Amino acid sequence: MAESVCIVAEYRDGNFRKVSFEIASEGRRIADALGLKLYGIAVGSGVTAVAPKLGHYGADKVFVIDNPALEHYNAETYAPVIADVIKDAQPAVVLLPASMNGKDLAARLAARLEAGLAQDSTEIAISDGKIKAKRPLFGGKCLGWYEWADGALVMISCRPNVMSCLTPDEGKQAEIVSVNATIPAVKSQVLGAEMDTSGKVELTEADIIVSGGRGMKAAENFAILEELAKVLGAAVGASRAAVDAGWRPHSDQVGQTGKVVTPNLYIAVGISGAIQHLAGMGSSKYIVAVNKDPDAPIFSKADYGIVEDLFKFIPAFTEEVKKYKSTC
Amino acid sequence: MNIVVLLKQTPDTESVIRIADDGKSIVTTDLKWIINPYDEFAVEAALRLKEKHGGTVTIVSWGPQRVVESIRTALAMGADKGVLIDDSALDESDSLGIAKVLAAAVKQLNPDIVLCGHRAVDYDHNQRGPMVAELLGWPHLPLALSMECDGQTVKIERPVEGGKMILSSPLPVVVTMGGSHAVWNPRYASLPGIMKAKKKPLEVKKLADLGLSPDECGGSAAKIRLVELQRPPERKAGKIINGNLDTEGKARELVRLLHEEAGVI
Ligand SMILES: Cc1cc2nc3c(=O)[nH]c(=O)nc-3n(C[C@H](O)[C@H](O)[C@H](O)COP(=O)(O)OP(=O)(O)OC[C@H]3O[C@@H](n4cnc5c(N)ncnc54)[C@H](O)[C@@H]3O)c2cc1C
Repeated sequence: MAESVCIVAEYRDGNFRKVSFEIASEGRRIADALGLKLYGIAVGSGVTAVAPKLGHYGADKVFVIDNPALEHYNAETYAPVIADVIKDAQPAVVLLPASMNGKDLAARLAARLEAGLAQDSTEIAISDGKIKAKRPLFGGKCLGWYEWADGALVMISCRPNVMSCLTPDEGKQAEIVSVNATIPAVKSQVLGAEMDTSGKVELTEADIIVSGGRGMKAAENFAILEELAKVLGAAVGASRAAVDAGWRPHSDQVGQTGKVVTPNLYIAVGISGAIQHLAGMGSSKYIVAVNKDPDAPIFSKADYGIVEDLFKFIPAFTEEVKKYKSTC
Repeated sequence: MNIVVLLKQTPDTESVIRIADDGKSIVTTDLKWIINPYDEFAVEAALRLKEKHGGTVTIVSWGPQRVVESIRTALAMGADKGVLIDDSALDESDSLGIAKVLAAAVKQLNPDIVLCGHRAVDYDHNQRGPMVAELLGWPHLPLALSMECDGQTVKIERPVEGGKMILSSPLPVVVTMGGSHAVWNPRYASLPGIMKAKKKPLEVKKLADLGLSPDECGGSAAKIRLVELQRPPERKAGKIINGNLDTEGKARELVRLLHEEAGVI
């Protein structure tokens, strides 16, 4: 019999990533519905210091694997040590973040544990003690509900920014269990990391995104979007046309072959709204479109549309946001 | 170098997707099929490896006969041969079942490197590469935005949230492609390429040819299954802010709406 729901938290640079708290909160909800315990699994070098935080989000127990050899994510080390903890924890359900590392780890673990995996899920439902997970398919043109075979281990990675987070309760303490894992030898290695230290918000985690398309006309014109993003506290994205033109790095591309984003507010500037672009941003809570062509398809998906030349409108809008921010 | 590309055929990204009467599959008549864009990046990366190191590029795919067309496209781009696993026992397989099939096919080919897209734009399962690597007991370098190989080791750059990492691994290894069209810029099939592709070998295999039985990778082995498809909630066109406002007026109105109505700023 299963005894737990497990969540695998993602730790980097001295803290858990926000999605870890989202899955802990979701895990708590599932554990309560199924009458199971919630166990957190915290892995990384130095992770012991923050492990109690998972308790504040409802974990009953946190297994901590803290080892300098786990400083960087590597499936070859992470998958075996985490799989061993999971086997001991006897879970019915394992939740992971659908982050870049989380999805890789989830797939590798699923193969190791012979589990069924639903990646990048946006909703988890429980009826009659059975779990169902919903995931967007075909670039968001369909939503698929998945179910598990009887007795199969349920593994779900959860899209960041979608599942609601509990308010942390520092009064809630988890039992902390330090796991002494043997770290297997690896073949692949991390040679280096180039992290952006400018404090830029990552697109997949951003609350507000300002994206530019072919209508921006040149790389240097993105300065007006950067300026707007700065006053809004937003991240800057781009359409494939802007990336193909070399105006923006590929890491900014939003869409079917770019990033899937779920901000509260997506401002599409000089973007026509091609189906492949919508695939990446179509589930944003609010969409604003700025386009000089009143027939641009993006307007049929936008909550607020502005038919104007972006080079006139964006600076004016930035000024108005500044004014608004200074009065509140 | 012996290079394998795992290729999936997907509906064209422009396709209108209709839910079939069973409520859990899509209508496939009238769809235009393409190579999954990320797998196309993998074909391009494989051809560049071959140009540098020599050797062969083998395309491995699973699915019905129509997939032959996508394999031929990859052959026309410059790949050398194809293997299609077409077995109705796989109709209801889950991702792990398919990964077992692909891993078995890879073993038969004994390559130095396996390349594939990090996800497919249809069902977006996001697990084929890492699962195949796990089943082979190989390292996996995910989401490659660049790839260098000296014949012994492979080095890639991969994005993580907020930056990128540089990873390396000795061969054999599975590398899954991230990046974008701008990064990989996959070549087109040339006309002579298309003519030549017709004569390149393409083998069709059944599970038994891979030494597998449906009990381990077919529908009955599936741990997870798709039970229902839904249409996403329709997004309706909202307000166009115009009226008789000038640019500043529209900007002010948008700020007001985002604050008062949407509550997002
Ligand atoms: C396999 C495949 C995968 C793809 N993946 C992606 C993806 O991941 N992401 C993606 O975005 N696309 C993707 N695409 C490309 C997609 O089909 C479109 O080509 C692309 O999204 C168009 O980008 P755009 O809207 O910036 O450019 P365009 O379609 O050219 O639109 C530019 C818009 O700017 C407006 N404009 C021009 N000047 C101004 C101005 N001064 N003021 C205001 N408005 C102005 C124009 O009216 C127009 O509507 C993919 C395509 C394929 C085939």
